[in-house]
Amino acid sequence: MNNWNWDIFFDAFPIVIQGLGITIGLTFACYIFALVFGFVWTFLRRIPYKPINWIVTWVMEFIRSTPPLVQLFFIFYALPMVPVVGVALDPFTSAVLGLGVHFSTYIGEVYRSGIEGVEKGQWEASKALNFSTTKKWTKIILPQAIPPTIPMLGNYLIIMFKEVPLASTIGVVGILQMANDYGAQHWRYLEPLTIVAILFLVLSYPSAILVSKLEKKMNRRFDKKAPTGSKPLKEEGKGAVM
Amino acid sequence: MSEQTLQNEDKTDQSKSKQEPIVKYEDVHKSFGDVQVLKGINLDIMPGEKVAVIGPSGSGKTTIIRMLMTLEQPTSGHIIVDGQYLWHMEQDGKLVPANEKHLREVRGDIGMVFQHFNLFPHMTILENCMTAPIHVQKEDKESAKKRSIEMLEKVGLGDKLDNYPSQLSGGQKQRVAMARALVMRPKVMLFDEVTSALDPELVGEVLEVIRDIAKEGEMAMVLVTHEMEFAIDIADRVLFLDEGVIAEEGPPSQVIENPTNERLQTFLHRFRS
Repeated sequence: MNNWNWDIFFDAFPIVIQGLGITIGLTFACYIFALVFGFVWTFLRRIPYKPINWIVTWVMEFIRSTPPLVQLFFIFYALPMVPVVGVALDPFTSAVLGLGVHFSTYIGEVYRSGIEGVEKGQWEASKALNFSTTKKWTKIILPQAIPPTIPMLGNYLIIMFKEVPLASTIGVVGILQMANDYGAQHWRYLEPLTIVAILFLVLSYPSAILVSKLEKKMNRRFDKKAPTGSKPLKEEGKGAVM
Repeated sequence: MSEQTLQNEDKTDQSKSKQEPIVKYEDVHKSFGDVQVLKGINLDIMPGEKVAVIGPSGSGKTTIIRMLMTLEQPTSGHIIVDGQYLWHMEQDGKLVPANEKHLREVRGDIGMVFQHFNLFPHMTILENCMTAPIHVQKEDKESAKKRSIEMLEKVGLGDKLDNYPSQLSGGQKQRVAMARALVMRPKVMLFDEVTSALDPELVGEVLEVIRDIAKEGEMAMVLVTHEMEFAIDIADRVLFLDEGVIAEEGPPSQVIENPTNERLQTFLHRFRS
């Protein structure tokens, strides 16, 4: 069989790296979508009306228990065929919607743990000082709830980065798809796919170190441990892969 | 100042009809689940009056002021603040449960200092004081800052403006909490066992500040406290709360120094020994 060939490696490298912009762009697009939509879940779950609470919890559970790949296929292939509400979306938008919604359910839980970490006395003090509901959230509760969750949110960015290649299945041309195309054309997969692996490693690993530094810093700043460590989350992330 | 003092004496000594009470409790009950904590509280607090609430733990004394701060809802009865129902509002001539808007409106007259300070840890001392005047009372930033600095200087923390709560001692934190509540200019200020969480050597500095505030006179104060000497010192009236009712009330000279109620005698005895 073929051995490792550096010529092919250097030939493939500039081609594969062309997909990097899409991969990173899609990661951030999904991430921002999930960060924003996570708040929607968090606040829906706080509505003090049992039936709404059950529905929201159940929908979240449903989204989390379904593989993201199935959700992507559904949005891209099946959604246009749904009567009345069905729309055809381009691959990139489908991916943002699919992965974004999927991860927003996890991010929503991160926010929830952060909010639950805010002491009861803070809510009482906000009331005693007569804050409006909006000001209470924006000035008192969220500024305390969010910073301790930043390391967890950072972890989700890394996890999502690693999930983004799923989008190649519906035609988003990131680095994986570029490598695959190169492989198909030249009948060489070893080098291009190695490049893909290296690129993911080079980007994920320093980010992971950064996140763990951030985590230590936050723990010091808040005099206590963040609501949950980063490790169980990574496992959750793995579970989410197909 | 002297006029204020006169008024104070006036209302404690003579009839209460001259002035409307700032706070009125009408047959207020409170239960937590099956446990009845308050069994019919009737109480008038006059503007500028200093009321100390004493009693054994579990007697419901903290619950009384927490209901006034709207942190707990009474099971039945009415609380009236400055002529307005607190937990109810009038709608088409009927009393209906208050909505958040109504609660905010009435609650604006009340301020509270907590046992565990509840300072905002993500803000400096100065920001802790400034935030509510700016975001709640819509005061402009410069004047809120000026007043906050003055208030913090008054409680002896003018040199800590840019420190964070975590850098302060318990006594200092509690003084910040008082400045933060005072800067809102409440008509009634509630103190919930404000020295109970402090190391003994820090209690004095906090009581000193409360004494200063009390001297100024205009604000009614309700103090839930275990500091008997302090209650004698500053209170116009002392309430002894026992098993959910006001078992004895009167000036400190009577309630604390010459108690008639047997359970009050036993209770006070524990503090003397």
